[in-house]
Amino acid sequence: MWVAGEVQLLYLICPLRVMNRAKPKVTFATLFVLLAFAFLVGVAIGPVSIPLGKSLLILTDKLPLLEFSGLPSNFQTIIFDLRLPRILTGLLVGSSLAVSGTVMQGIFRNPLATPYILGVASGGSAGAATVVVLGFTSNFALPIGALIGALSAVTIVYRISWSRGSTSSYTLILAGVALSSLFSALTTALIFIAGPYQQHRVLFWMMGGLWRSSWTLFKILLPIATVGAGIIFAWSRDLNALALGESAAEHLGVKPALVKKTLLGLATAITAVSVAAAGSIGFVGLVIPHIMRMILGPDHRILLPAAALGGGVFLIYTDVLAKTIMQPVEMPVGVITAFFGAPFFLYLLRKKIVGGRMR
Amino acid sequence: MKVKVDDLRFSYNGKGVLEGLDLTVRKGEFIGIVGPNGSGKTTLLKNIGGVLDPDDGGVYLGEKELSSIPIGEVATKVAALEQETSVGFDFTVREVVEMGRFPHLDRFERHSEGDLEAVDRAIEITDLEEFSERYVNQLSGGEKQRVFLALALAQEPELLLLDEPTASLDINYQIKIMETVKCLQSEGLTVIAAIHDLNLAAQYADRVALMADGEVKVAGEPNDVLTKDNIAKVFGVDVEVEDSEVKGTIHIFPKTETLSK
Repeated sequence: MWVAGEVQLLYLICPLRVMNRAKPKVTFATLFVLLAFAFLVGVAIGPVSIPLGKSLLILTDKLPLLEFSGLPSNFQTIIFDLRLPRILTGLLVGSSLAVSGTVMQGIFRNPLATPYILGVASGGSAGAATVVVLGFTSNFALPIGALIGALSAVTIVYRISWSRGSTSSYTLILAGVALSSLFSALTTALIFIAGPYQQHRVLFWMMGGLWRSSWTLFKILLPIATVGAGIIFAWSRDLNALALGESAAEHLGVKPALVKKTLLGLATAITAVSVAAAGSIGFVGLVIPHIMRMILGPDHRILLPAAALGGGVFLIYTDVLAKTIMQPVEMPVGVITAFFGAPFFLYLLRKKIVGGRMR
Repeated sequence: MKVKVDDLRFSYNGKGVLEGLDLTVRKGEFIGIVGPNGSGKTTLLKNIGGVLDPDDGGVYLGEKELSSIPIGEVATKVAALEQETSVGFDFTVREVVEMGRFPHLDRFERHSEGDLEAVDRAIEITDLEEFSERYVNQLSGGEKQRVFLALALAQEPELLLLDEPTASLDINYQIKIMETVKCLQSEGLTVIAAIHDLNLAAQYADRVALMADGEVKVAGEPNDVLTKDNIAKVFGVDVEVEDSEVKGTIHIFPKTETLSK
């Protein structure tokens, strides 16, 4: 027997702390139901409210074999040209940010690493804003500008905080905070440089919102977000191995440097296209991975898809709230996510200090 | 698995750590690497495991040169237990041990019956059954080290590399880990272990390689290598070596002014 008598006695006094996790199937089913409901709510609620029943009919009308008559055409226009692309963009942006956060936390083995805190999102915003001020109007210019900004941010943070195969939590977070401020300052400076029309657009990337959503934008976002997330999912096992430390991972046949660079690159890319579409929306990449890890455990093969779904659902609901909470004025959705996310972030910090270790 | 290290040279930031090291390990042998701090024991193990690439010379696993084998394939044959281990996030003991099957599976392949048996066996050998659903992060140092041993065993390796696996453990866990490894050796596992404790090395290793200045100075049976003269030369410590009451082993203890009084 390995266990000495006194240890067993301890088990009798203190209840054994064993894992207490939800079944993945139940969790995914719940998330899908929440997603379906999010679609309905997102379609029905807005400045013009469309009754749930009518929304459902209009949505299903597009399906083959089903045809309903007497549906008001203005409602159809609102739903198909405005609300549906907005919901779908919200889904992709939320998913990408949550997946990106999960990846960054996994790679740095740091619960506070997210695209927002590491300055990647601010870098993307500054990149997109620069493109606007320089006067590029092509739809592809924005994501490319955001990508350049985000990649420079992640490269700098990685270079600064990485030494001898590991990162110091403090250096990582502090470098991220510094870079984040720098890029935000750059974006602010651009507001003053920009002309009146551009000013309004630059402001958008500082606040973060989904009101610029359109089918054109969605079509650019869709392939990059899905392919990026797809490749990341395929590398979940490698991300699990990295949790054991670099050299243990290497003994399992995983190449740490390759995994980190590939996954960090992809996470940055999907963050950048999200930022190009919706500005910099904070806290989705922090809150969702943590909640999902609490519910399902840290296995990335389950965690990553769950975070993707959860992030999408979360952003659709917060966007509905952003649209309605101060009607007729629309709040930037980043404000709402911050109201949820910032207290959660503080709670994590407190838990980390009290617990004395990373979870 | 037969291991041959041939004129291995490795430097770290321009400073030579291994300076033309030769070592041959027979199949099924337990070889103990001893030597002072900074003599290059860990670096040697990392070179044999393929975590570090030599500057010059080579490592041969069986007949093949290590650098010619893809890293994924090396992991099906060589496993390692390192000095310090840690797990990010709340993985359970079982989840960590299951990761030992990675090298045997394709990217999307699920665990087969055989994989799960290997995992069960590794958990059983290391006596971790009652911990299997607990979080590794909540275990003590000795228990955690056993989890990583189980991870290495789940890989079903032919060669096991141990880097001071018992350095921070109490005597009970030290012996348990060594006994487990010794038991697996009798089933054909080849073991290369860097061991600080000369007595532990003498007790468990079939042969001992004494390292200093990036070379193997002497290699052979513990009794022939761990002599008063050799230890004085390499460690600069005056010791007394006696035949131990434990059958067939020796006992080494230091002679110092305070202890002699």
